[in-house]
Amino acid sequence: MLSPAILIPAILNGLLTGAVYALVALGLTLIYGVLHIINFAHGALLTAAMFAAYFANRWLGLDPYVAAVGLAPLFFALGYALQRCVVGPAGRGDDRNILLVTLGLAVMIENALLYVFRADTRTIDLPYAFDTIAVGPAFLAVPRVIAFAAVVAVALAVGALMRWTDIGKAIRAVAKEKLGAELSGIDAAHVYAVTFGLGTACLAVAACLLLPSYYVNPSAGNAFVLIAFTIVVLGGMGSVAGALIGGLIVGVVESLSGLWLGESLGQVGIFIVFILVLLVRPRGLFGEHA
Amino acid sequence: MKPYLPIAGVIALLAAVPLVTSSNVVLDFLVVAFLTALVGQGWNLLGGYGGQYSFGHAAFFGTGAYITAVLQVRYGLNAWAAFATGIAAGTAVGAAIGALVFRAGLRGSYFALVTLAFAEVLRILASVAPVTGAGVGTLIRLDLRWQVFQFQSRVPFYLIALALVALSLVLMHAIARSRFGAWLVAVRENEDAARALGVDATAIKIAAMTLSAAVTAAGGGFYAQYYLFVDAGIAYGPWVSIEALLAPIVGGAGTVFGPLLGALVVKTLGEGAKVAAGDAPGLDLVIYGSVLVLVVAFAPRGIAGVVADAWRWRARRGDTTAETGHA
Repeated sequence: MLSPAILIPAILNGLLTGAVYALVALGLTLIYGVLHIINFAHGALLTAAMFAAYFANRWLGLDPYVAAVGLAPLFFALGYALQRCVVGPAGRGDDRNILLVTLGLAVMIENALLYVFRADTRTIDLPYAFDTIAVGPAFLAVPRVIAFAAVVAVALAVGALMRWTDIGKAIRAVAKEKLGAELSGIDAAHVYAVTFGLGTACLAVAACLLLPSYYVNPSAGNAFVLIAFTIVVLGGMGSVAGALIGGLIVGVVESLSGLWLGESLGQVGIFIVFILVLLVRPRGLFGEHA
Repeated sequence: MKPYLPIAGVIALLAAVPLVTSSNVVLDFLVVAFLTALVGQGWNLLGGYGGQYSFGHAAFFGTGAYITAVLQVRYGLNAWAAFATGIAAGTAVGAAIGALVFRAGLRGSYFALVTLAFAEVLRILASVAPVTGAGVGTLIRLDLRWQVFQFQSRVPFYLIALALVALSLVLMHAIARSRFGAWLVAVRENEDAARALGVDATAIKIAAMTLSAAVTAAGGGFYAQYYLFVDAGIAYGPWVSIEALLAPIVGGAGTVFGPLLGALVVKTLGEGAKVAAGDAPGLDLVIYGSVLVLVVAFAPRGIAGVVADAWRWRARRGDTTAETGHA
């Protein structure tokens, strides 16, 4: 059970899975960091992005990695519009209302997809889907290695954007002190919408990275979003570094507890980590405040 | 007894339905709506009055349902006793989760998340544990005798569901008029201010969650007897938690009749969607989701709020003294 020949591949695969989790969590944590609400529509939006990537492949023949270049701006626009036209106005700044609105959106999007595409599970065929590379005793699937590299690149890009660009500074300003930012001439509604758009664009990229090795159906995103909640709580709400490290930790925890407890009980391991973190240290590993 | 007259009136009206029609379609529709109203009333106690938005009421519903079913099937307990135990077990789960979560000081988004997580843990455990029938679920043996909480016709089920709704209405009304209810609303409106005035907010919230769980667990136990089948998705699935909050939000969270009103409206819309579009999966839920967004956007106090506003507006236009006299 504990021999390195089993353990090392399990840990490496956990890290690769964790990277995609981290990207989903990154979108969630960006939105939480600024709007201070949990976007319950995150999973449904991920599913929508997976369907978009699927049909980009089936109808336009686009490789998912190419489709990501087009889908990311498209989903940025979708997220921007959702926040500007639906979540913002309907929520009226009350946390409880925003929770309900994003939950309502989740139900709408997921079931609209179910209504149009039925519950069928779809996959795409790619020539490289089953290629592997050997790393020590482990054979790693090529699409997952590519996903890992892409997630690191996206996370660095988001970090740079937040740190050095004007909009990044504006986002951080609104997150810290909304009223002060508004008094300095920052349009908070615009900043909120940009943040929501960024979070949604992360999902589009995540969907394109998932598709080569994962399936699509109207509830495919849900599996990821509960894990993303865990990661965001573990890493600290609003922390980009926390999302990355939390994602990798959760990927490894899932992989190892799956190894020892079996697939479905392995999931319980994640939720128990989640509940314990919430109860004992709700600000997470890297969060500034609860 | 005067404050309870509206409840008595509504219940009497609904109790007369089986005298007018024996259509199973109508009765079945109303039983399902009552069940939703009951589960929703549980949510309303904690969410509507207490302002703690739980996204995991399936934890209580599912425990009520599973305990009711499993005690009969695996341990040969009488159905009525199993039902009562199911409610007690759901209540205990509510008290335990409430104590853990509120002592840790979780509010708002965090509270919503952690309740969701508890429901998911229970769902996964129920889908693998042998005692719950794991993935197959638990089937209660058909045995149409009242001694085992099963009936030949829908009418007794209808009346029992209605009686449970009536009890929940009376309980909610009594709480709303009590000191406990006032504390609960104070915690909802401004927890820090309530604490400053000496309200033990943590104890109030734990008590509210315990009562809330009891009401919702009764819904779960009734479900098990009505359909004679429980599995992990039915009992602990996320949809249960969503439906639990949908009815009170639509009807009017923090009002006594909100959940019943909301359940009737939501279920009517759902049936309407099925009639309009055939049995296409998903469409009714798309409508539920849109209704939820629209209500939050345009009628944040639900249908009850809209009605109250219209009433006040009419009273003010008709006679300015009428309003003050009424209040």
